[in-house]
Amino acid sequence: MHKETYWNSESFRLKVGLAEMLKGGVIMDVVDADQAKIAEDAGACAVMALERVPADIRRDGGVARMSDPEMIDRIMKAVSIPVMAKVRIGHFAEAQIIQELGVDFIDESEVLTPADPHNHVYKFAFKTPFVCGATNLGEALRRIGEGAALIRTKGEAGTGDVIEAVRHLRAINKEMATVTQLDDTELMAEAKRLQAPYELVCFVHEHGKLPVPKFTAGGIATPADASMLMQMGAESVFVGSGIFKSEDPARRAKAIVKAVTYYDKPAELLKISSGLGSAMSGLSVGELAEGQRLAVRGW
Amino acid sequence: MPIGILALQGAVEPHHLKLKSMGVEAVSVRTAEELRNCQGLIIPGGESTTFLKLIHENNLLQPILTFAERQSVWGVCAGSILMAKEVENPPQESLSLVPIRVRRNAYGRQNESFIAVFGLNLPGGSPIRQEGVFIRAPQVVEWEDNVAVLAKYEDKPVALQYRHHLVTTFHPELSESPALHHYFLSLCNSDR
Repeated sequence: MHKETYWNSESFRLKVGLAEMLKGGVIMDVVDADQAKIAEDAGACAVMALERVPADIRRDGGVARMSDPEMIDRIMKAVSIPVMAKVRIGHFAEAQIIQELGVDFIDESEVLTPADPHNHVYKFAFKTPFVCGATNLGEALRRIGEGAALIRTKGEAGTGDVIEAVRHLRAINKEMATVTQLDDTELMAEAKRLQAPYELVCFVHEHGKLPVPKFTAGGIATPADASMLMQMGAESVFVGSGIFKSEDPARRAKAIVKAVTYYDKPAELLKISSGLGSAMSGLSVGELAEGQRLAVRGW
Repeated sequence: MPIGILALQGAVEPHHLKLKSMGVEAVSVRTAEELRNCQGLIIPGGESTTFLKLIHENNLLQPILTFAERQSVWGVCAGSILMAKEVENPPQESLSLVPIRVRRNAYGRQNESFIAVFGLNLPGGSPIRQEGVFIRAPQVVEWEDNVAVLAKYEDKPVALQYRHHLVTTFHPELSESPALHHYFLSLCNSDR
């Protein structure tokens, strides 16, 4: 399909439509059917099926790839909510396989080892919607320009440290605010500066928001983390290692779901945050060596 | 009084935008207090299992049922699952406001989501064409005789009315036409 007609196409409307349905919710990483059931029972609006949560990928090292479709299929059969799965950046064959399996959303994720040093997947070619990570507005618009139906902050996955998710969300918000203030004459130069498609820069200029929903991910470990990012304009929250690496996953999962709904009500959040057991121990992003950072993956 | 949109999770914003474009005041509802000040309630699309957990966790079940005795409730997609008397695939509890049996994800997963156009017969108006955005949509598989079928797609009802309540298995908030939002307003405003 030609890109100019894509934005109003049925295909794109259906992709963004599902992203709309996921708003105000929590998408949880799960590695098997039992965890998927726990997530569903806690009120997750979707699950991300993967063989290892980011904290374990980080610990194990080596090449991280698409999960075994058989394992993803078991999770799809175990729950009634949408199921997402990850593919490597640029690995369109993994994406074709995952689409064939029938997952509801594909995450082209920096948590896995990138497969293409220059290009992301051409997402217009797929029926299944894609979510992609971004660290700033230019990156978000490039991914949307390739057909992503949902943007999430990258954060720094598998750390339990929320600082990078905050950095990325603030960067996107600040750059969008700047774009809305510009004169029409300045938009082409801004597109050049952001390295983003001109027509998408114009969209942000006109509407003050992305043309697709904007979620947050990467290092979220507590109800307070979720609340903070929602207050900063995230429309939903992905929680990776933060739930099943904590002391009491079922309880924490429920608490984070509730915290996303009542993100702006401190009296509720006080109750929600109390007596949850310990959060995942985590890694401070400041202590990570440059080579251990996942957020720098992606182009 | 404003129209309430249940805002526990899901596609709340598109209903806000639609009602705003119609010049109608709307509020997000997350507590029983917020519900009390509303005239009519929209239960939007999203995940019905998530809605159920949060309705129970926050003691909203009885307030919604009491509200529904006199006020109109409109269930959209996941909302229609909540309003059904019976749910299958898998079976789950519900508010049981409308005597229909609903099958979750009846058309399949996201790859089977679709947009279709069909006839819509709103009481008091002439038949119109309505676009339906069906996203992992449920299907009404059984309905009692006293439920009015307002629209069908492939022989299955996709818009229904029972007493002062409305149910659609598709997402009118994601289409241009405000016809169903206008009709819901008329239900909210009618004397009971």
